[in-house]
Order: sequence, then C-alpha cells, then structure tokens
Amino acid sequence: MMGLAACTVPAWPAAVVQDPRPWVTAEVAPGIHIRRGVDEDVSASNDDAIANIGFVIGREAVAVTDAGGSLNDGRRLRASIRQATELPIRYVLMSHVHPDHVFGAGAFSADHPIYVGHAGLPRALSLRWEYYRTRTEAILGKDTVGALVMPTMLVRDQAQIDLGGRALELTAHGIAHTDSDLTAFDRQTGTLIASDLLFVRRVPSLDGSLKGWLKELALLKSVAAKRAVPGHGPTSVEWPLGCRDLERYLGVLLRETRAAIARGQDIDAAVKTVGLSERGRWALFEDYNGHNVIQAFKELEWE
Amino acid sequence: MGVTRRLAPVLVLGTLAVLGRSAATCAEDDSQAIMRAHAAEDAAERAARWQELQHAIFGARSLQDGAAVIQIEAPEHALDAALVPITLTMKSAAPIKSLYLVIDNNPAPVAGHFTFGPRADPRTVKLRVRVNQYTFIHAVAETPDGKLYVSQHFVKMSGGCSAPAGANDAEALKDVGLMKLHLLGPFSPGKPLQAQLMIRHPNFNGMQMDPMTRDYTPARFIRTIDASYDGAAVFHLDADISLSTDPVITFGFLPDKKGTMQLVVRDSSNALFNHSFDVPAG
Repeated sequence: MMGLAACTVPAWPAAVVQDPRPWVTAEVAPGIHIRRGVDEDVSASNDDAIANIGFVIGREAVAVTDAGGSLNDGRRLRASIRQATELPIRYVLMSHVHPDHVFGAGAFSADHPIYVGHAGLPRALSLRWEYYRTRTEAILGKDTVGALVMPTMLVRDQAQIDLGGRALELTAHGIAHTDSDLTAFDRQTGTLIASDLLFVRRVPSLDGSLKGWLKELALLKSVAAKRAVPGHGPTSVEWPLGCRDLERYLGVLLRETRAAIARGQDIDAAVKTVGLSERGRWALFEDYNGHNVIQAFKELEWE
Repeated sequence: MGVTRRLAPVLVLGTLAVLGRSAATCAEDDSQAIMRAHAAEDAAERAARWQELQHAIFGARSLQDGAAVIQIEAPEHALDAALVPITLTMKSAAPIKSLYLVIDNNPAPVAGHFTFGPRADPRTVKLRVRVNQYTFIHAVAETPDGKLYVSQHFVKMSGGCSAPAGANDAEALKDVGLMKLHLLGPFSPGKPLQAQLMIRHPNFNGMQMDPMTRDYTPARFIRTIDASYDGAAVFHLDADISLSTDPVITFGFLPDKKGTMQLVVRDSSNALFNHSFDVPAG
C-alpha cells in the first residue's frame, strides 16, 4: 500500500510512549506470530498499523518480518516479541520500500539487528523516504517515524538467515508490487511470508510493474508452502489458493487496460471503466483502483 | 517562461504544513469554523497568486472571461498527482493563435505554452501534468488579434512534483527520446485529424532529494516540442517541469494530403530528438 489519507478524524496519538502496549498477534504456524493490520489508510487514529507484521522465533534468535508503519507500531511489536521470548532480535526484514512496512524499523535499533532488504531497497529508500516521512508525519505528528534505517544485509537473488535450527529462505523479486519486494519462506512449517506480493481482501496497490507482479506471483505459486502470510488481509491463507483473488484482479487490470489502449481510449476514460467488475470485492477499492489503472496504463501503452 | 520561473517557488513543505494544520484542527471542537476560516484565507491567497502570475506572464494585458471560449477538463480529485490528465477544448470556432496552461501553485507555473501554426487544428489539446498541491489551473487562449480569454478549474491533489519518479525511472533514460505517434481517426485529405504523441522522457524536475547525500536528482526535462507537417508548422510547445514522466500530448492538425509529420524535441540538457511519421501510417 502507499496512499496517505489526509484529514482523518480524531486526536493526536501520544508521540512518546513509555511502556508500549503489546499488539495482539496470531500464531499462524509454530513460532510464527503475525499482527493483523487494519484495512485502512494511515490516519492519526491508527498509528499506520495497517500492514500485517510479525516475527519468527528460532532456537537462538528472532527475526522480525516487517517492523510496521511508525515507531510506535514497531515498539508495540517489540513488546509482543518480549512477551513471547527473551531471545535476541537478530534480524529485521524490510519487505519493500513502503512506509507501512519500514517506518517501525527504528524501534529495534537498540537491539542492533541486521536489517535485511532487497538489493534495490537502498536506492528506493533514497528516492522516497523523505517524501514518505514528511507526508506520514503530517498525519501522525512529528518524530513518529524516526531516522532513516537502511538495510545492512542486501539480498540480490536468494539468501538464507539462520535463527538456530530454523532457516528463513529469502527471495529478492523482480519488479512487481514495487521494485524492492522481498519474501521469506519457512520450510520447517511450510509458511510463505509474502508481504505485499500478496493482498487479500484489501485492494492491491500497484507501484512497480503489473506484468512483473503477475510473473512473480506465478513463481511464488510454485513454492511448496501450505500457507502464506499476506501483507494486507487475514494473517494467514491457504497456499496457493489464497492468491486467487489477487491473480484475478491483476488479470482483469491487465486485460481491460490493454483493451482500453487498443480501443484508443484515453487514460482518464480508462480510469472510469477498467476493473469495475472488481468493485465490491475489495476493501478500499475506490481509493486505489483508479490509481492502479493509471500505473497499468503507463506501463502498457508502450507495448 | 523566464519571468515566471523567477517567482518564489511554492515549496512542497508549504503544502505539507497546510496538510498538517488541517489534520490537527480536525480534532478540535470548533474545527468547522477553523476550516472555514482557512478556506477563506486560502481563497484570498489563491486569488492573489493568480493576480501575481497573470502580471508576470501577460504584463498589463487584460484577460477576459473565457467560459464561452475554452473549457478545461481535469479530475477534481486527481488519482495520481504525478499524472493528471488535462483536456483543453475550444468551445467556439474562433481562430486561436496560442494557448497557455498555468498550474498556479506549481514551482514553475506555466506548464505549457502552445503556439499554433498554419497546419494546426487547435480545438482540442490534451496533456498530462504533475500537480504539486491543491491548485487552480488556468487556461488562457490568445486570438490572432491579441485578445486573451481565461478559464479556470480547481484540482485537489498534492505531491506530484516531489513524488518519486516511477519505479522504472532509471530504465526510462535508456529509451529517452523514443517517440510514437497514433492517429486517432481515419485520414482524409483536407479534414482535421487528431493525433497522440508519446515521448519517452523521465522529465526529471530536480525536486527529488536523496536523504543520504542530500543531493537532488538533477533536473532534465523537455523544453520545446515542434511539430510540423510537410514543413509547415503545426505547433510549437514551450514546456517545463510540470509535464509528467513520459509525456503524452494529443493535438489536432490539418493534413492537406498524404505527408510527413515531423517532430523535434529539445530537452534542458540540449539533447535533440527528431522523429518523422508518415501520415497515414505505413
């Protein structure tokens, strides 16, 4: 997700939280705990806790699988970890450049973890972080995002991290949801932590390449996972069944945008006609579908 | 353009300050009153801004209400601030010499100035622009006798100038200058025809900062486009950093016979791109 709602309702959140309340998490597989994000855009009332974030516990260490959308979101996740285990937090994964997944990273700096990201993430953060920070802090308040955290371990293709008797297999994907998508596979439990390459119920947001996303999704479907953890939506879905809606949506976007271009339709006309059969099937459809059509149109009109 | 560029740039932070202020006031009991006060303040500021721009661009020349002359179509709420499609339609058959598109609150407000040639059909022009903050858009049509007619339209969206370029921006430079021309109707000698011109160009506007180095991606954007048909001018466009990445421009022209549309594009690094297209295609 990437949108930022402007003027949303209630009061400012407390900027400084002494004793963060732990998030409620679901143990989707042994040792894998996920906090469900709300199906909303960032607002002063939700701390940007809108993505599914969580942690994986090994025999010797913990890996955070996305740190959340604000320092407070990250702090509360850290409190959940400390409820579950005293093991050191050795890794913090940064699944892609979007603020709801990376702005919590600073909450773990005292743990001195290895921050893990796609090889394209430093560049993407360089281009966007300041823009995201300013816009997010305009909504959440000053100092809610913290300092820029850059990944200290880059994944170019595949990599593994070891939590002690438990390896997470990491994959850096080609341009898809964004140009810095990283997924993690826990072979031991057959759990694919797909982050925003998988949207369920909340409408996908396209910020990379439509054709690329369909290609990466086809690859992910062949991963021998029992379940997947979406970046938005329920904390766990059956795999590959759980990507059926996403695949259908992206397919509709591809076919109907191509058809609009072939008919000689303008981009503003296409925005009003493409993807309408998907309305009603997704939360936040009205907020993102038009934007997705513009992204798809820009990509496909040069074919 | 030289004049308008020296105007105080409206910085992105200005927008965000406003955004933050309204978010804060929402929580207050008398938020409605405060919002109304801000709206009134903004309306006065916007009117003053346009006065200032009008003076910078047109000097002492007077502008007449163009409601019956020129129509602006643009989304009220833009979906993507970095790509806002704008359609300018002439409502009368009166000849038009030139056309200005002004995005009041953009850092370089004159997004484009078309000067039409003898082969032009200026009745409909479309382009895609960046919008940096909530703004009025003004279109000004100039008739051959020098009269100026103005229409306005308000767009709600912000961040299009500082918004990071598309994920593919590094790729985009690879094909810089590549062009496509689509004819949007059947060719018939002597009949006006609409065409869509697509240009691969990142149109870097110099406003995107790298927080590590505090450096800005250097600006590199299209400055002029010249379209001519068999050597006779269709239009000359003076453009600026407000055009979207990979600009797409729809325009009309009057082909008297089968011929060649020639396009010459020059950017701010003085790179020159030339393309010719057969009309009808092939």
